[in-house]
Amino acid sequence: MSKTKLTLNVNGKSVEAEAEPRELLIHVLREQLEITGPHIGCETSHCGACTVEIDGRSVKSCTMFAIQAQGTEITTIEGLGNPDKLHVLQEKFKEHHGLQCGYCTPGMITRAHRLLEENPNPTEEDVRFGIAGNLCRCTGYQNIVKAVLAAADELNQPEAVA
Amino acid sequence: MSAAEETMQERQAALKGLGTSRKRVEDARFTQGKGNYVDDIKMPNMLFGDFVRSQHAHARVVSIDKTAALELPGVVAVLTAEDLEPLSLHWMPTLAGDKQMVLADGKVLFQGQEVAFVVAEDRYIAADAVDLVKVEYEELPVLVDPFKAELPDAPVLREDIADQKEGAHGPRRHPNHIFTWEQGDKAAAEAVIEEAPVVAEEMVYYHRTHPCPMETCGAVASMDKVNGKLTLWGTFQAPHVVRTVASLLSGIAEHNIRVVSPDIGGGFGNKVGVYPGYVCSIVASIVTGQPVKWIEDRMENLSATAFARDYWMQGKIAATKEGKILGLWCHTTADHGAFDACADPTKYPAGFMNICTGSYDIPTAYLAVDGIYTNKAPGGVAYRCSFRVTEAAYFIERMIEVLAIKLNMDAADLRALNFIKKEQFPYQSALGWEYDSGDYHTAWNKALDAVDYRGLRQQQSQQVEDFKAGKTRKLMGIGLCHFTEIVGAGPVKNCDILGMGMFDSCEIRIHPTGSAIARLGTISQGQGHATTFAQILATEIGISADDITIEEGDTDTAPYGLGTYGSRSTPVAGAATAMAGRKIRAKAQMIAAYLLEVHDNDLEWEIDRFVVKGAPERFKTMKEVAFASYTQEIPGVEPGLEAVSYYDPPNMTYPFGAYICVMDIDVDTGVTDIRKFYALDDCGTRINPMIIEGQVHGGLTEALAIALGQEIAYDELGNVKTGSLMDFFIPTSWETPNYETDFTETPSPHHPIGAKGVGESPNVGGVPAFSNAINDAFRAFGLTHTHMPHDHWRIWKTANDLGLHS
Repeated sequence: MSKTKLTLNVNGKSVEAEAEPRELLIHVLREQLEITGPHIGCETSHCGACTVEIDGRSVKSCTMFAIQAQGTEITTIEGLGNPDKLHVLQEKFKEHHGLQCGYCTPGMITRAHRLLEENPNPTEEDVRFGIAGNLCRCTGYQNIVKAVLAAADELNQPEAVA
Repeated sequence: MSAAEETMQERQAALKGLGTSRKRVEDARFTQGKGNYVDDIKMPNMLFGDFVRSQHAHARVVSIDKTAALELPGVVAVLTAEDLEPLSLHWMPTLAGDKQMVLADGKVLFQGQEVAFVVAEDRYIAADAVDLVKVEYEELPVLVDPFKAELPDAPVLREDIADQKEGAHGPRRHPNHIFTWEQGDKAAAEAVIEEAPVVAEEMVYYHRTHPCPMETCGAVASMDKVNGKLTLWGTFQAPHVVRTVASLLSGIAEHNIRVVSPDIGGGFGNKVGVYPGYVCSIVASIVTGQPVKWIEDRMENLSATAFARDYWMQGKIAATKEGKILGLWCHTTADHGAFDACADPTKYPAGFMNICTGSYDIPTAYLAVDGIYTNKAPGGVAYRCSFRVTEAAYFIERMIEVLAIKLNMDAADLRALNFIKKEQFPYQSALGWEYDSGDYHTAWNKALDAVDYRGLRQQQSQQVEDFKAGKTRKLMGIGLCHFTEIVGAGPVKNCDILGMGMFDSCEIRIHPTGSAIARLGTISQGQGHATTFAQILATEIGISADDITIEEGDTDTAPYGLGTYGSRSTPVAGAATAMAGRKIRAKAQMIAAYLLEVHDNDLEWEIDRFVVKGAPERFKTMKEVAFASYTQEIPGVEPGLEAVSYYDPPNMTYPFGAYICVMDIDVDTGVTDIRKFYALDDCGTRINPMIIEGQVHGGLTEALAIALGQEIAYDELGNVKTGSLMDFFIPTSWETPNYETDFTETPSPHHPIGAKGVGESPNVGGVPAFSNAINDAFRAFGLTHTHMPHDHWRIWKTANDLGLHS
């Protein structure tokens, strides 16, 4: 099958890839671009392990063709923080034990990041509703919700820098 | 506080040892997307494998035509049973003494069964080729109901063993019958039930479900033909056993096989078994000389690997009029699917189902389990529980409720009346276990007080009155559960898997500068072993947990162990860690004595150092001793500071807990709302309270899933009706409540640090608590028992059957 050249902006860098029309974005990210933070958990858009941010929206990259992402700006977990300066959400997930096996974590944090962008002062109910598209089998969500609320608090401190 | 005491406290805190809510060392990589799961592995020239699977539940395979698939550019090979037969790999042994087809050999026995393995250059081409393999089937009658398995017109499923009258677990009375397993005294139990003043009876069905970890199963096999070495990365909860099995099956010497479990995205029992995908990946790599990756998709995961439960438990419980339990009888029909691939210790074909007397002092009991073949997927794994312990706990906790109804007694009082008393431990159960320790009354009373149980019952009565008066359409259920688990398998004298004794191991090396590495035979799948095992060791050897690396999962470097499942890591490998730590300390004491020029016995251990008795200013820290062990000649002592321990536990451990769930139920929609969930766990000595609490939250949520909707359902043709996350219920953050956790601490008397294991308690205790709440809500309207899963429709139907909609 013929391949289409893609130019994407991933985590602030312009990158080139090639994909068949049927190729899913998650496969291009993971296998060509070696961005393995987003994971595959279901292929049916239910679990959210593959969540990335595209042009300011949360997207489950297992149900989007890579060619649909042509020219977009994509942020994955790898683009949120780095070893020298973690994102507040990454810090808070650690602090509040918001992860166990780690498989859902990149998608969960990426989703929580968008949620807080859109709603900087969420209630617990807002958080629970806002991350309901991301499944976790280990934590029972309680500490994830705690971590997201704690991150929101910290980001709302006047001196905070994301 | 004196300065010396303060320093002692500071030194203690610096260790981050037992009892500390130490933050997890795993989290840095996981929060940054830098975990290394099996599907993240990428190798030069790596090929992808994918299965052709049967759409039929029972059919003869008339022919397989792979011509078109092989003609597709990029397809490297298509393997069928015919190709595996010369290697004797078309069948493989199961963990339960049966055998299982790797690829369909003449017939298929369940929907989703592996028929052919396509190997191609990428996963898209492999998927295309799967569609091009033409398989001609001749359909056969399907058996999905285990109660019809032995009827005269029942189809014979396993023609390969139809004539065998003796199976791995004794006589077989029918071609579709696998085993009968009996425990306890049948005649005595039946006599007690015959004569007892009160007998309650119920059929308790624990439906078929699935562990469904976020990451599915997968493997990468790489045969290096130059060096004759096979490396196998995969989602293995028991990597060392996989190495031994791979060696026995393939004929490759065990030292030439390296099995690696990288990061695992949740296991919950799903990743204990050996699956056809692993075998086919190995064969494909041997055939092609290239690395081969195989990763299940979610539908394959749900329909083909590792179901759990599916126990029909017929029960009778006898008591005096005052509620003192006299006897228990249980007959279980166990639907094992097409192959008996249950992951249980060899001598326990129904796992530890004989813990079904629960937390109660029941003088006489009898249990029989009949294993049955049906046209369903094989598995029978311990989904977040020790072997069949959740079935046992669900059974007894439902029977207690049913008995309370029969006696017209409060179910909390009935439990308290029958608990094994603190002074009765160690307690010999009627079905053969020696419970090591427990204090059930204390835990129970703490739980009842914490939720104001009597107050809740008053509220509930009022609500029933209001309902009857038409003031509300909601009912309130109070779900009680006091469970006793049996974990930490187990003593080698009676526990083995494929002949391998169920010990576990730890090997420690202290580095010259006083940091350390410890390797274990277990493998974390999210439990945080790298964090907690370092804490055990920190307390034992006085080196900060932050200075100890924990490694697991690489069979070339880790000592042999049986892996992580059945809450066995802390009870067995945790014990090995403590024991190896004590060996380090014993040697260190000799070195310290030499350095301080005193006798060994003149030293005492104090947090992180050896101190000369009566002369606290004279001491050597473990760090100083470690340095000396590498840099100085110590007469009579070998250089270096290392130890290894293989721990064979003298007994199981018996964690327990008291759970109370308060549920509101909308009678007209069947929608449930969890108002409160209180969970008290006693897992003995607590290593890391933060991690324990996290385990409890997670286990309760898996219990919620199972009790309220999660099932693997089949139609009468053997079609899987719940094969994707559209139909297979996993709770989201929206329907999951906040849990209140609590604890008591009754250390195990035989475990080196008194720990018992906790990861599975919340699933074992949670399922009965949720289910009892649903049943309890309708008790006032005449309901005795209704089966799980309690999804909205079934709850609505229960209300409707009770006439509550008219």
